[in-house]
Amino acid sequence: MIEVRGLWKSFGNVEVLQDINTTFKKGKVNQVIGKSGSGKSVLAKCIVGLTPLTRGEVLYNGESFQAMDKERRKALRQEIGMLFQSSALFDSLTVLENVMFPLRMFATMSVPQMRERADFCLHRVNIMGQDKKYPAELSGGMQKRVGIARAIAMQPQYLFVDEPNSGLDPQTSIVIDNLIREITEEFNTTTLVITHDMNSLMGIADEVYFIHNKHLWWQGTRAELVKSDNRELEEFIFAGSLMRQVRKALRGE
Amino acid sequence: MGLLFHIGQYFMLLGEVFSKPERRSVYWRRTVEEMELLGVKSLGIVALLSLFMGAVIAIQTKTNIDSPLIPFYVVGFTVRQSTILEFSPTIISLILAGKVGSTIAAEIGSMRVREQIDALDIMGVNSAGYLILPKIIATALINPFLIMISMFLSIFGGWMAGVVTGIISSENYIAGVQWDFDPYIVTYALIKTGVFAVIIATVSAYHGYYTRGGTREVGISSTKAVVYSDVVILIANYLLTQLLLL
Repeated sequence: MIEVRGLWKSFGNVEVLQDINTTFKKGKVNQVIGKSGSGKSVLAKCIVGLTPLTRGEVLYNGESFQAMDKERRKALRQEIGMLFQSSALFDSLTVLENVMFPLRMFATMSVPQMRERADFCLHRVNIMGQDKKYPAELSGGMQKRVGIARAIAMQPQYLFVDEPNSGLDPQTSIVIDNLIREITEEFNTTTLVITHDMNSLMGIADEVYFIHNKHLWWQGTRAELVKSDNRELEEFIFAGSLMRQVRKALRGE
Repeated sequence: MGLLFHIGQYFMLLGEVFSKPERRSVYWRRTVEEMELLGVKSLGIVALLSLFMGAVIAIQTKTNIDSPLIPFYVVGFTVRQSTILEFSPTIISLILAGKVGSTIAAEIGSMRVREQIDALDIMGVNSAGYLILPKIIATALINPFLIMISMFLSIFGGWMAGVVTGIISSENYIAGVQWDFDPYIVTYALIKTGVFAVIIATVSAYHGYYTRGGTREVGISSTKAVVYSDVVILIANYLLTQLLLL
Protein backbone atom coordinates (compact mmCIF):
# COMPACT_ATOMS: atom_id res chain seq x y z
CA MET A 1 0.00 0.00 0.00
CA ILE A 2 1.22 3.49 -0.83
CA GLU A 3 -0.14 6.58 0.91
CA VAL A 4 0.37 10.07 -0.41
CA ARG A 5 -0.08 12.87 2.14
CA GLY A 6 -0.28 16.55 1.25
CA LEU A 7 1.91 16.23 -1.83
CA TRP A 8 2.82 19.50 -3.53
CA LYS A 9 5.17 19.79 -6.44
CA SER A 10 6.39 22.84 -8.27
CA PHE A 11 9.17 23.53 -10.74
CA GLY A 12 10.44 27.02 -9.95
CA ASN A 13 7.36 29.21 -9.86
CA VAL A 14 5.22 26.76 -11.80
CA GLU A 15 3.01 24.64 -9.59
CA VAL A 16 2.25 21.24 -11.07
CA LEU A 17 0.55 19.39 -8.24
CA GLN A 18 -1.27 20.76 -5.20
CA ASP A 19 -2.22 18.96 -2.02
CA ILE A 20 -2.57 15.41 -3.31
CA ASN A 21 -3.88 13.04 -0.63
CA THR A 22 -4.70 9.45 -1.48
CA THR A 23 -3.94 5.77 -1.01
CA PHE A 24 -2.95 3.28 -3.70
CA LYS A 25 -4.18 -0.16 -2.74
CA LYS A 26 -2.24 -3.41 -2.62
CA GLY A 27 -3.18 -6.12 -5.11
CA LYS A 28 -5.09 -3.60 -7.22
CA VAL A 29 -4.45 -1.87 -10.51
CA ASN A 30 -4.54 1.81 -9.54
CA GLN A 31 -4.78 3.94 -12.66
CA VAL A 32 -3.92 7.63 -12.66
CA ILE A 33 -5.52 9.49 -15.53
CA GLY A 34 -5.51 13.06 -16.72
CA LYS A 35 -4.84 15.25 -19.72
CA SER A 36 -1.38 15.49 -21.22
CA GLY A 37 0.68 17.82 -19.03
CA SER A 38 -1.63 17.44 -16.06
CA GLY A 39 1.18 16.11 -13.87
CA LYS A 40 0.47 12.35 -13.87
CA SER A 41 4.03 11.33 -14.65
CA VAL A 42 5.36 13.94 -12.21
CA LEU A 43 3.16 12.38 -9.53
CA ALA A 44 4.60 8.93 -10.27
CA LYS A 45 8.16 10.28 -10.24
CA CYS A 46 7.48 12.03 -6.92
CA ILE A 47 6.12 8.82 -5.43
CA VAL A 48 9.10 6.70 -6.50
CA GLY A 49 11.51 9.41 -5.39
CA LEU A 50 12.95 10.32 -8.78
CA THR A 51 11.79 13.89 -8.24
CA PRO A 52 11.89 15.52 -4.79
CA LEU A 53 8.58 16.78 -3.39
CA THR A 54 8.05 20.46 -2.70
CA ARG A 55 5.92 19.49 0.29
CA GLY A 56 4.23 16.42 1.74
CA GLU A 57 5.24 12.81 2.14
CA VAL A 58 4.83 9.38 0.62
CA LEU A 59 4.44 6.32 2.82
CA TYR A 60 5.30 2.80 1.71
CA ASN A 61 3.44 0.39 4.01
CA GLY A 62 3.30 3.17 6.60
CA GLU A 63 6.99 4.11 6.35
CA SER A 64 7.74 7.63 5.15
CA PHE A 65 10.00 7.66 2.09
CA GLN A 66 11.14 11.18 2.94
CA ALA A 67 12.24 10.11 6.42
CA MET A 68 14.26 7.12 5.15
CA ASP A 69 18.05 7.26 5.08
CA LYS A 70 20.01 6.48 1.92
CA GLU A 71 20.46 2.77 2.67
CA ARG A 72 16.80 2.24 3.52
CA ARG A 73 15.75 3.99 0.32
CA LYS A 74 18.09 1.77 -1.62
CA ALA A 75 16.59 -1.31 0.01
CA LEU A 76 13.06 -0.09 -0.69
CA ARG A 77 13.88 0.53 -4.34
CA GLN A 78 14.72 -3.12 -4.73
CA GLU A 79 11.04 -3.75 -3.93
CA ILE A 80 9.95 -1.39 -6.71
CA GLY A 81 9.62 -2.37 -10.35
CA MET A 82 8.97 0.24 -13.00
CA LEU A 83 8.07 0.07 -16.66
CA PHE A 84 8.92 3.33 -18.39
CA GLN A 85 7.09 4.92 -21.31
CA SER A 86 10.17 4.32 -23.47
CA SER A 87 10.76 0.89 -21.88
CA ALA A 88 14.23 2.21 -20.86
CA LEU A 89 15.98 -1.06 -21.67
CA PHE A 90 19.77 -0.82 -21.70
CA ASP A 91 20.86 -0.68 -25.34
CA SER A 92 24.22 -2.32 -24.80
CA LEU A 93 22.74 -5.36 -23.05
CA THR A 94 20.86 -8.27 -24.61
CA VAL A 95 17.30 -9.15 -23.61
CA LEU A 96 18.55 -11.75 -21.13
CA GLU A 97 21.20 -9.42 -19.69
CA ASN A 98 18.59 -6.68 -19.25
CA VAL A 99 16.34 -8.97 -17.21
CA MET A 100 19.28 -10.35 -15.24
CA PHE A 101 20.66 -6.87 -14.55
CA PRO A 102 18.88 -6.16 -11.22
CA LEU A 103 19.66 -9.71 -10.10
CA ARG A 104 23.36 -9.26 -10.89
CA MET A 105 23.44 -6.03 -8.94
CA PHE A 106 21.54 -7.12 -5.85
CA ALA A 107 20.46 -10.74 -5.67
CA THR A 108 22.47 -13.23 -3.63
CA MET A 109 22.08 -16.12 -6.03
CA SER A 110 24.34 -18.05 -8.34
CA VAL A 111 24.51 -17.26 -12.05
CA PRO A 112 22.47 -20.39 -13.00
CA GLN A 113 19.80 -19.35 -10.48
CA MET A 114 19.76 -15.83 -11.93
CA ARG A 115 19.42 -17.32 -15.38
CA GLU A 116 16.55 -19.48 -14.19
CA ARG A 117 14.78 -16.50 -12.66
CA ALA A 118 15.29 -14.40 -15.80
CA ASP A 119 13.98 -17.25 -17.96
CA PHE A 120 10.91 -17.49 -15.72
CA CYS A 121 10.24 -13.74 -16.04
CA LEU A 122 10.70 -13.78 -19.80
CA HIS A 123 8.47 -16.82 -20.08
CA ARG A 124 5.89 -15.06 -17.91
CA VAL A 125 5.68 -12.18 -20.39
CA ASN A 126 5.65 -14.58 -23.35
CA ILE A 127 9.09 -13.70 -24.68
CA MET A 128 10.81 -16.88 -25.77
CA GLY A 129 13.88 -17.44 -27.93
CA GLN A 130 14.86 -13.75 -27.95
CA ASP A 131 17.52 -13.94 -25.23
CA LYS A 132 20.44 -12.87 -27.37
CA LYS A 133 18.70 -10.03 -29.19
CA TYR A 134 19.39 -6.40 -28.36
CA PRO A 135 16.52 -3.98 -27.55
CA ALA A 136 16.91 -2.23 -30.92
CA GLU A 137 16.08 -5.53 -32.64
CA LEU A 138 12.71 -5.84 -30.87
CA SER A 139 9.31 -4.35 -31.68
CA GLY A 140 7.80 -1.74 -29.34
CA GLY A 141 5.43 -4.30 -27.81
CA MET A 142 8.24 -6.76 -27.19
CA GLN A 143 10.37 -4.04 -25.60
CA LYS A 144 7.50 -3.30 -23.21
CA ARG A 145 7.22 -6.96 -22.32
CA VAL A 146 10.96 -7.24 -21.68
CA GLY A 147 10.61 -4.07 -19.58
CA ILE A 148 7.90 -5.79 -17.53
CA ALA A 149 10.08 -8.91 -17.20
CA ARG A 150 12.94 -6.76 -15.86
CA ALA A 151 10.55 -4.92 -13.52
CA ILE A 152 9.32 -8.18 -11.94
CA ALA A 153 12.74 -9.88 -11.78
CA MET A 154 13.27 -8.86 -8.15
CA GLN A 155 9.69 -9.86 -7.18
CA PRO A 156 8.63 -6.29 -6.44
CA GLN A 157 5.92 -5.29 -4.01
CA TYR A 158 5.26 -2.11 -5.95
CA LEU A 159 4.89 -1.87 -9.70
CA PHE A 160 4.88 1.48 -11.51
CA VAL A 161 3.88 1.63 -15.14
CA ASP A 162 4.15 4.86 -17.12
CA GLU A 163 2.02 5.05 -20.28
CA PRO A 164 2.25 1.35 -21.07
CA ASN A 165 0.35 1.63 -24.34
CA SER A 166 1.97 4.65 -25.92
CA GLY A 167 3.11 3.86 -29.44
CA LEU A 168 1.45 0.44 -29.48
CA ASP A 169 -1.35 -0.85 -31.70
CA PRO A 170 -4.68 -1.65 -29.97
CA GLN A 171 -4.13 -5.40 -30.02
CA THR A 172 -0.66 -5.22 -28.46
CA SER A 173 -2.00 -2.69 -25.94
CA ILE A 174 -4.53 -5.25 -24.77
CA VAL A 175 -1.78 -7.86 -24.37
CA ILE A 176 0.28 -5.45 -22.24
CA ASP A 177 -2.77 -4.42 -20.19
CA ASN A 178 -3.69 -8.01 -19.49
CA LEU A 179 -0.12 -8.74 -18.48
CA ILE A 180 -0.19 -5.88 -15.97
CA ARG A 181 -3.49 -7.14 -14.58
CA GLU A 182 -2.25 -10.74 -14.29
CA ILE A 183 1.05 -9.76 -12.66
CA THR A 184 -0.73 -7.55 -10.13
CA GLU A 185 -2.96 -10.44 -9.10
CA GLU A 186 -0.25 -13.08 -9.24
CA PHE A 187 2.38 -11.17 -7.23
CA ASN A 188 -0.11 -9.13 -5.16
CA THR A 189 1.68 -5.90 -6.06
CA THR A 190 0.54 -2.35 -5.46
CA THR A 191 0.34 -1.36 -9.12
CA LEU A 192 0.17 2.24 -10.24
CA VAL A 193 -0.48 2.82 -13.93
CA ILE A 194 -0.17 6.26 -15.52
CA THR A 195 -2.31 6.42 -18.62
CA HIS A 196 -4.69 8.38 -20.78
CA ASP A 197 -5.74 5.31 -22.72
CA MET A 198 -9.47 4.84 -22.10
CA ASN A 199 -9.45 1.25 -23.37
CA SER A 200 -6.84 0.40 -20.77
CA LEU A 201 -8.86 2.21 -18.12
CA MET A 202 -12.05 0.32 -18.90
CA GLY A 203 -10.15 -2.93 -19.30
CA ILE A 204 -8.00 -3.31 -16.20
CA ALA A 205 -8.45 -0.48 -13.68
CA ASP A 206 -9.60 -1.35 -10.17
CA GLU A 207 -9.21 2.17 -8.81
CA VAL A 208 -9.15 5.35 -10.84
CA TYR A 209 -7.48 8.66 -9.87
CA PHE A 210 -8.23 11.69 -12.03
CA ILE A 211 -5.69 14.53 -11.94
CA HIS A 212 -7.13 17.83 -13.10
CA ASN A 213 -6.17 21.42 -12.56
CA LYS A 214 -3.19 20.38 -10.34
CA HIS A 215 -5.46 18.51 -7.93
CA LEU A 216 -6.64 14.97 -7.42
CA TRP A 217 -10.03 15.88 -8.80
CA TRP A 218 -11.81 12.57 -8.48
CA GLN A 219 -11.14 9.03 -7.31
CA GLY A 220 -13.19 5.88 -7.24
CA THR A 221 -13.67 2.47 -8.75
CA ARG A 222 -14.32 1.77 -12.41
CA ALA A 223 -18.01 1.14 -11.68
CA GLU A 224 -18.27 4.47 -9.85
CA LEU A 225 -16.55 6.20 -12.75
CA VAL A 226 -19.28 5.16 -15.18
CA LYS A 227 -21.96 6.50 -12.87
CA SER A 228 -20.10 9.64 -11.90
CA ASP A 229 -21.60 12.97 -12.85
CA ASN A 230 -18.43 14.93 -12.24
CA ARG A 231 -18.40 17.31 -15.20
CA GLU A 232 -14.61 17.53 -15.73
CA LEU A 233 -14.22 13.78 -15.40
CA GLU A 234 -17.04 13.18 -17.87
CA GLU A 235 -15.55 15.62 -20.33
CA PHE A 236 -12.23 13.83 -20.15
CA ILE A 237 -13.39 10.21 -20.16
CA PHE A 238 -16.26 10.47 -22.56
CA ALA A 239 -14.78 12.96 -24.98
CA GLY A 240 -14.92 10.47 -27.84
CA SER A 241 -18.19 9.35 -29.42
CA LEU A 242 -17.30 5.69 -28.92
CA MET A 243 -16.84 6.22 -25.19
CA ARG A 244 -20.15 8.10 -25.01
CA GLN A 245 -21.87 5.09 -26.55
CA VAL A 246 -20.10 2.81 -24.08
CA ARG A 247 -21.42 4.96 -21.22
CA LYS A 248 -24.96 4.80 -22.59
CA ALA A 249 -24.71 1.04 -22.87
CA LEU A 250 -23.28 0.68 -19.35
CA ARG A 251 -25.95 2.96 -17.88
CA GLY A 252 -28.65 1.11 -19.81
CA GLU A 253 -29.81 4.31 -21.50
CA MET B 1 26.73 32.22 -10.03
CA GLY B 2 26.22 29.79 -12.91
CA LEU B 3 29.85 28.73 -12.83
CA LEU B 4 29.80 28.25 -9.06
CA PHE B 5 26.62 26.20 -9.36
CA HIS B 6 28.23 23.89 -11.92
CA ILE B 7 31.42 23.53 -9.89
CA GLY B 8 29.36 22.63 -6.81
CA GLN B 9 27.18 20.19 -8.75
CA TYR B 10 30.29 18.65 -10.34
CA PHE B 11 31.88 17.92 -6.96
CA MET B 12 28.59 16.60 -5.56
CA LEU B 13 28.39 14.26 -8.53
CA LEU B 14 31.96 13.10 -7.81
CA GLY B 15 30.84 12.37 -4.24
CA GLU B 16 28.16 10.05 -5.64
CA VAL B 17 30.59 8.50 -8.12
CA PHE B 18 33.11 7.54 -5.46
CA SER B 19 30.60 6.05 -3.03
CA LYS B 20 30.67 2.30 -2.34
CA PRO B 21 29.85 0.16 -5.41
CA GLU B 22 26.94 -2.28 -5.16
CA ARG B 23 28.85 -5.14 -6.80
CA ARG B 24 32.58 -4.80 -7.34
CA SER B 25 32.63 -7.61 -9.89
CA VAL B 26 30.07 -5.82 -12.10
CA TYR B 27 31.99 -2.55 -11.84
CA TRP B 28 35.27 -4.28 -12.69
CA ARG B 29 33.74 -5.96 -15.75
CA ARG B 30 32.45 -2.58 -16.89
CA THR B 31 35.88 -1.04 -16.34
CA VAL B 32 37.50 -3.61 -18.64
CA GLU B 33 34.84 -2.94 -21.30
CA GLU B 34 35.44 0.79 -20.98
CA MET B 35 39.20 0.29 -21.31
CA GLU B 36 38.58 -1.29 -24.66
CA LEU B 37 35.99 1.26 -25.79
CA LEU B 38 37.75 4.39 -24.57
CA GLY B 39 41.36 3.29 -24.73
CA VAL B 40 42.13 0.52 -27.19
CA LYS B 41 39.80 1.97 -29.81
CA SER B 42 41.66 5.30 -29.57
CA LEU B 43 44.99 3.68 -30.39
CA GLY B 44 44.65 4.21 -34.15
CA ILE B 45 44.15 7.97 -34.04
CA VAL B 46 46.82 8.38 -31.35
CA ALA B 47 49.34 6.40 -33.40
CA LEU B 48 48.59 8.26 -36.62
CA LEU B 49 48.81 11.70 -35.02
CA SER B 50 51.98 10.87 -33.11
CA LEU B 51 53.86 9.52 -36.12
CA PHE B 52 53.08 12.54 -38.25
CA MET B 53 53.61 15.10 -35.50
CA GLY B 54 57.04 13.64 -34.71
CA ALA B 55 57.90 13.73 -38.40
CA VAL B 56 56.76 17.34 -38.75
CA ILE B 57 58.65 18.49 -35.63
CA ALA B 58 61.86 16.91 -36.99
CA ILE B 59 61.52 18.56 -40.39
CA GLN B 60 60.47 21.92 -38.94
CA THR B 61 63.37 21.93 -36.48
CA LYS B 62 65.91 21.07 -39.12
CA THR B 63 64.66 23.55 -41.72
CA ASN B 64 64.17 26.46 -39.28
CA ILE B 65 67.45 26.26 -37.40
CA ASP B 66 69.82 25.04 -40.06
CA SER B 67 73.12 26.64 -39.09
CA PRO B 68 76.66 25.30 -38.60
CA LEU B 69 76.52 26.72 -35.06
CA ILE B 70 73.60 24.49 -34.11
CA PRO B 71 74.83 21.18 -32.65
CA PHE B 72 74.09 17.94 -34.54
CA TYR B 73 71.88 16.54 -31.84
CA VAL B 74 69.37 19.39 -31.81
CA VAL B 75 66.75 17.71 -34.03
CA GLY B 76 66.50 14.50 -31.99
CA PHE B 77 66.67 16.51 -28.77
CA THR B 78 63.89 18.88 -29.83
CA VAL B 79 61.62 16.08 -30.99
CA ARG B 80 62.13 14.20 -27.71
CA GLN B 81 61.60 17.20 -25.47
CA SER B 82 58.57 18.61 -27.26
CA THR B 83 57.03 15.15 -27.54
CA ILE B 84 57.51 14.08 -23.93
CA LEU B 85 56.89 17.45 -22.30
CA GLU B 86 53.91 18.72 -24.26
CA PHE B 87 52.87 17.00 -27.44
CA SER B 88 52.08 13.52 -26.12
CA PRO B 89 50.60 14.32 -22.70
CA THR B 90 48.80 17.55 -23.54
CA ILE B 91 47.98 17.64 -27.24
CA ILE B 92 47.04 13.96 -27.38
CA SER B 93 44.91 14.44 -24.25
CA LEU B 94 43.15 17.35 -25.98
CA ILE B 95 42.54 15.08 -28.97
CA LEU B 96 41.27 12.35 -26.65
CA ALA B 97 38.98 14.89 -24.98
CA GLY B 98 37.38 15.31 -28.40
CA LYS B 99 37.08 11.62 -29.16
CA VAL B 100 36.55 10.03 -25.76
CA GLY B 101 34.85 13.01 -24.10
CA SER B 102 32.16 13.28 -26.76
CA THR B 103 31.59 9.51 -26.61
CA ILE B 104 31.14 9.61 -22.83
CA ALA B 105 28.81 12.62 -22.87
CA ALA B 106 26.73 11.27 -25.75
CA GLU B 107 26.39 7.83 -24.19
CA ILE B 108 25.39 9.06 -20.74
CA GLY B 109 23.26 11.90 -22.18
CA SER B 110 21.34 9.45 -24.38
CA MET B 111 20.75 7.22 -21.38
CA ARG B 112 19.42 10.21 -19.47
CA VAL B 113 16.93 11.37 -22.10
CA ARG B 114 15.78 7.79 -22.74
CA GLU B 115 15.03 7.27 -19.03
CA GLN B 116 17.68 4.57 -18.63
CA ILE B 117 19.35 6.47 -15.79
CA ASP B 118 15.95 6.78 -14.09
CA ALA B 119 15.60 3.01 -14.50
CA LEU B 120 18.94 2.49 -12.72
CA ASP B 121 17.90 4.84 -9.91
CA ILE B 122 14.56 3.09 -9.49
CA MET B 123 16.33 -0.25 -9.11
CA GLY B 124 18.40 1.24 -6.30
CA VAL B 125 21.60 1.31 -8.36
CA ASN B 126 23.89 4.29 -7.78
CA SER B 127 23.61 5.43 -11.39
CA ALA B 128 26.45 7.95 -11.14
CA GLY B 129 28.83 5.37 -9.71
CA TYR B 130 27.76 2.60 -12.07
CA LEU B 131 28.09 4.73 -15.20
CA ILE B 132 30.96 7.06 -14.40
CA LEU B 133 33.39 5.29 -12.04
CA PRO B 134 34.41 2.56 -14.54
CA LYS B 135 35.07 5.27 -17.14
CA ILE B 136 37.30 7.23 -14.75
CA ILE B 137 39.29 4.14 -13.75
CA ALA B 138 39.51 2.95 -17.36
CA THR B 139 40.81 6.25 -18.73
CA ALA B 140 43.18 6.78 -15.78
CA LEU B 141 44.64 3.30 -16.37
CA ILE B 142 44.75 3.19 -20.15
CA ASN B 143 45.66 6.77 -21.08
CA PRO B 144 49.21 6.60 -19.66
CA PHE B 145 49.82 3.58 -21.94
CA LEU B 146 48.40 5.47 -24.91
CA ILE B 147 50.66 8.39 -24.12
CA MET B 148 53.73 6.20 -23.79
CA ILE B 149 52.95 4.65 -27.16
CA SER B 150 52.45 8.16 -28.51
CA MET B 151 55.87 9.24 -27.17
CA PHE B 152 57.58 6.30 -28.82
CA LEU B 153 55.78 6.72 -32.14
CA SER B 154 56.36 10.46 -32.26
CA ILE B 155 60.11 10.06 -31.73
CA PHE B 156 60.07 7.19 -34.23
CA GLY B 157 58.17 9.39 -36.71
CA GLY B 158 60.86 12.06 -36.35
CA TRP B 159 63.57 9.49 -37.00
CA MET B 160 61.76 8.15 -40.08
CA ALA B 161 61.22 11.62 -41.54
CA GLY B 162 64.81 12.63 -40.85
CA VAL B 163 66.36 9.53 -42.32
CA VAL B 164 63.97 9.16 -45.28
CA THR B 165 64.37 12.79 -46.37
CA GLY B 166 68.10 12.68 -45.64
CA ILE B 167 68.09 15.82 -43.49
CA ILE B 168 69.76 14.02 -40.59
CA SER B 169 71.60 10.78 -40.12
CA SER B 170 70.20 8.02 -37.97
CA GLU B 171 73.17 8.18 -35.58
CA ASN B 172 72.86 11.95 -35.06
CA TYR B 173 69.11 11.72 -34.47
CA ILE B 174 69.48 8.92 -31.91
CA ALA B 175 72.33 10.78 -30.22
CA GLY B 176 70.07 13.81 -29.98
CA VAL B 177 67.23 11.76 -28.50
CA GLN B 178 69.60 10.38 -25.86
CA TRP B 179 71.37 13.66 -25.11
CA ASP B 180 70.94 15.06 -21.57
CA PHE B 181 67.96 12.85 -20.85
CA ASP B 182 66.28 13.35 -17.49
CA PRO B 183 63.84 10.49 -16.72
CA TYR B 184 61.81 12.86 -14.53
CA ILE B 185 60.23 14.42 -17.62
CA VAL B 186 58.53 11.08 -18.34
CA THR B 187 57.23 10.98 -14.78
CA TYR B 188 56.01 14.56 -15.22
CA ALA B 189 54.28 13.63 -18.48
CA LEU B 190 52.59 10.58 -16.98
CA ILE B 191 51.35 12.54 -13.94
CA LYS B 192 49.84 15.09 -16.31
CA THR B 193 48.30 12.31 -18.40
CA GLY B 194 46.65 10.74 -15.37
CA VAL B 195 45.19 14.07 -14.26
CA PHE B 196 43.98 14.88 -17.78
CA ALA B 197 42.38 11.42 -18.08
CA VAL B 198 40.36 12.03 -14.92
CA ILE B 199 39.39 15.49 -16.20
CA ILE B 200 38.23 14.10 -19.55
CA ALA B 201 36.14 11.34 -17.95
CA THR B 202 34.58 13.41 -15.17
CA VAL B 203 33.88 16.66 -17.04
CA SER B 204 32.37 14.78 -19.99
CA ALA B 205 30.35 12.49 -17.74
CA TYR B 206 29.08 15.52 -15.81
CA HIS B 207 27.72 17.10 -18.99
CA GLY B 208 26.15 13.83 -20.09
CA TYR B 209 24.64 13.05 -16.70
CA TYR B 210 22.86 16.37 -16.38
CA THR B 211 21.51 16.44 -19.94
CA ARG B 212 17.86 17.49 -20.02
CA GLY B 213 15.58 17.35 -23.05
CA GLY B 214 16.06 15.30 -26.18
CA THR B 215 18.54 14.39 -28.89
CA ARG B 216 19.39 18.02 -29.62
CA GLU B 217 20.45 18.52 -26.01
CA VAL B 218 22.55 15.35 -26.17
CA GLY B 219 24.47 16.97 -29.05
CA ILE B 220 24.87 20.19 -27.08
CA SER B 221 26.13 18.22 -24.07
CA SER B 222 28.70 16.44 -26.24
CA THR B 223 30.00 19.74 -27.56
CA LYS B 224 30.13 21.25 -24.07
CA ALA B 225 31.92 18.17 -22.77
CA VAL B 226 34.71 18.63 -25.31
CA VAL B 227 34.99 22.40 -24.88
CA TYR B 228 35.02 22.33 -21.07
CA SER B 229 37.35 19.33 -20.92
CA ASP B 230 39.79 21.21 -23.16
CA VAL B 231 39.57 24.38 -21.07
CA VAL B 232 40.09 22.50 -17.79
CA ILE B 233 42.99 20.51 -19.30
CA LEU B 234 44.71 23.72 -20.40
CA ILE B 235 44.31 25.29 -16.97
CA ALA B 236 45.48 22.09 -15.25
CA ASN B 237 48.41 21.88 -17.66
CA TYR B 238 49.61 25.31 -16.63
CA LEU B 239 49.19 24.59 -12.91
CA LEU B 240 50.88 21.17 -13.10
CA THR B 241 53.76 22.55 -15.13
CA GLN B 242 54.35 25.23 -12.54
CA LEU B 243 54.03 22.74 -9.69
CA LEU B 244 56.15 19.96 -11.15
CA LEU B 245 58.80 21.73 -13.20
CA LEU B 246 59.61 24.93 -11.33
